Amino acid sequence: MAPATSHPYLRIDHVDKTFSRGGKLTEVLSDVTVSIEKGEYVSIIGHSGCGKSTLLNIVAGLTPVPTGAVLLENREVSDPGPDRAVVFQNHSLLPWLTVYENVRLAVDKVFSATKSRKERHAWTMHNLELVQMGHAKDKRPAEISGGMKQRVGIARALAMEPKVLLLDEPFGALDALTRAHLQDSVMAIHQKLGNTVLMITHDVDEAVLLSDRIVMMTNGPAARIGEVLEVPIARPRKRLDLVADQTYIKCRQRVIEFLYARHKAPALQAAE
Amino acid sequence: MNMTVLKSETARAMPAPAVSADVVKLKAPKTSFIKTKLVPRVSEISANVLPPLVTIALIMVVWQMLCSKPGSTLPPPTVIWDQAKDLIMEPFFVAGPQDIGLGWRVLTSLQRVAIGYGLAGLIGIALGTIIGQSVWAMRGLDPIFQVLRTISPLAWLPISLAAFRDSQPSAIFVIFITSVWPIIINTAVGIRNIPQDYRNVALVLRLNHYEFFTKIMIPSAAPYIFTGLRIGIGLSWLAIVAAEMLTGGVGIGFFIWDAWNSSRLPDIIVALAYIGGIGFLLDRLVALVAHFVTRGTASN
Ligand SMILES: Nc1ncnc2c1ncn2[C@@H]1O[C@H](COP(=O)(O)OP(=O)(O)O)[C@@H](O)[C@H]1O
Ligand SMILES: [Mg+2]
Repeated sequence: MAPATSHPYLRIDHVDKTFSRGGKLTEVLSDVTVSIEKGEYVSIIGHSGCGKSTLLNIVAGLTPVPTGAVLLENREVSDPGPDRAVVFQNHSLLPWLTVYENVRLAVDKVFSATKSRKERHAWTMHNLELVQMGHAKDKRPAEISGGMKQRVGIARALAMEPKVLLLDEPFGALDALTRAHLQDSVMAIHQKLGNTVLMITHDVDEAVLLSDRIVMMTNGPAARIGEVLEVPIARPRKRLDLVADQTYIKCRQRVIEFLYARHKAPALQAAE
Repeated sequence: MNMTVLKSETARAMPAPAVSADVVKLKAPKTSFIKTKLVPRVSEISANVLPPLVTIALIMVVWQMLCSKPGSTLPPPTVIWDQAKDLIMEPFFVAGPQDIGLGWRVLTSLQRVAIGYGLAGLIGIALGTIIGQSVWAMRGLDPIFQVLRTISPLAWLPISLAAFRDSQPSAIFVIFITSVWPIIINTAVGIRNIPQDYRNVALVLRLNHYEFFTKIMIPSAAPYIFTGLRIGIGLSWLAIVAAEMLTGGVGIGFFIWDAWNSSRLPDIIVALAYIGGIGFLLDRLVALVAHFVTRGTASN
């Protein structure tokens, strides 16, 4: 887990981002550098509005980077592509397609040359089963719950066999029980497939439970990387066992201190 | 006294379940079908059909009373029935080159509408798609379309006649030019309103232009496109009647004009009922197609 090999799998290298809105320039990200090893699960945590989504979109190639670069396997990536599949916060399933068709669209596009029609069907179903959504394959997004939509979104992203899986607050809009259930699923999938994952969250417990490393961002404007925390808890992790785990409690404490003592959200500061 | 009552009640009650159980066993499928499927369905249909029927009946009665007075200018329903019975009962008779049933006339008009509206649909969706993708095209053209769409079908007719010098293409052009604006405008708005999320999905999947057009753009804009198409079909039907009144020929519009010139008021009223009915059916048809094509899209 040493961050300092000279050629990390994914490297966000000295990225700055400035948005101009109505002629006014706001610096959102300032000199952000993150390195992620293959198979690593890294979370980015920070208060709402600090620029987490912006950073993820830069890695995805959806937002252009004026200065700095994103390197994947040592090659600069500037366009979006299926090697960096995104699970969006609001699932982003196409409502006119069924669950199956949503995943199949991605499979058809990514494997048009390498898999036969039959193989693509099997691969679509395989990924739906992976997130336990095979039973609802013929339903439309409007007919399934929020948690199920998010599962399908994850299946669609996994089906692209991405080099890096990008998750933008994937559990943010879900109730606590559904969220816990889905977190366990994601952990199990990560354990099984060994994906490289970059996840955005604002939930401390979620970050500690799922990550190998937690990248903490300071508040905007011009958010920086404030601190990087290793989470040296062995996998597979069990939610119940961790409740009294000393490492878990310490990690949690560190993140909470960072977020609520040293880099309090602007809204919380104003409330005092 | 109390005891006997109780006894006789239990005595009566005892065998009853056995009997009813027997009956239920035998007739269960039929009873449940009638009770769970047929009865609610019939009551649902009658709840939708009865009120309009009652309203129509009431209107007929009032109409009959108002127009039966001596010196009234319009014919009452009974007179219409007497004089225009053949038109009502036989839509598809042919008694001579100009003496044909209203069904035939409606079909001729529908043919013109099909061509004009079909062209308006194709060109309107194509133009709307192009315009919707460009902020500047939208800003530049939208005000012009908003002005053009308010021009009445009849106002286009002289220009159309001058340009085509023939009644058939003129009528079709008038239908086209009347119905194309809402289709263009709504399609363009639909294309502009494609959520960024869907665009992001397309970007991550690296969909090419053609795939983006067929898999994201058209389905996403479909509810808007169908709103335009539905307004368009209504306007087409308005336009055809107006256009045919002036260009002549066989259509339903010309029939009204002809009936007016030979003072056959009952015929005109029957034709009005036809026009209303067909217009209603056309609207429902487009709505039905929209329902099936956009199912799932609107609700999210
Ligand atoms: N396209 C954009 N144009 C201008 N400002 C933007 C744009 N996208 C994001 N921002 C601004 O950048 C900041 C960070 O946004 P975001 O990355 O969405 O935050 P987070 O995901 O951490 O809540 C916010 O203040 C937001 O207003
Ligand atoms: Mg965000």
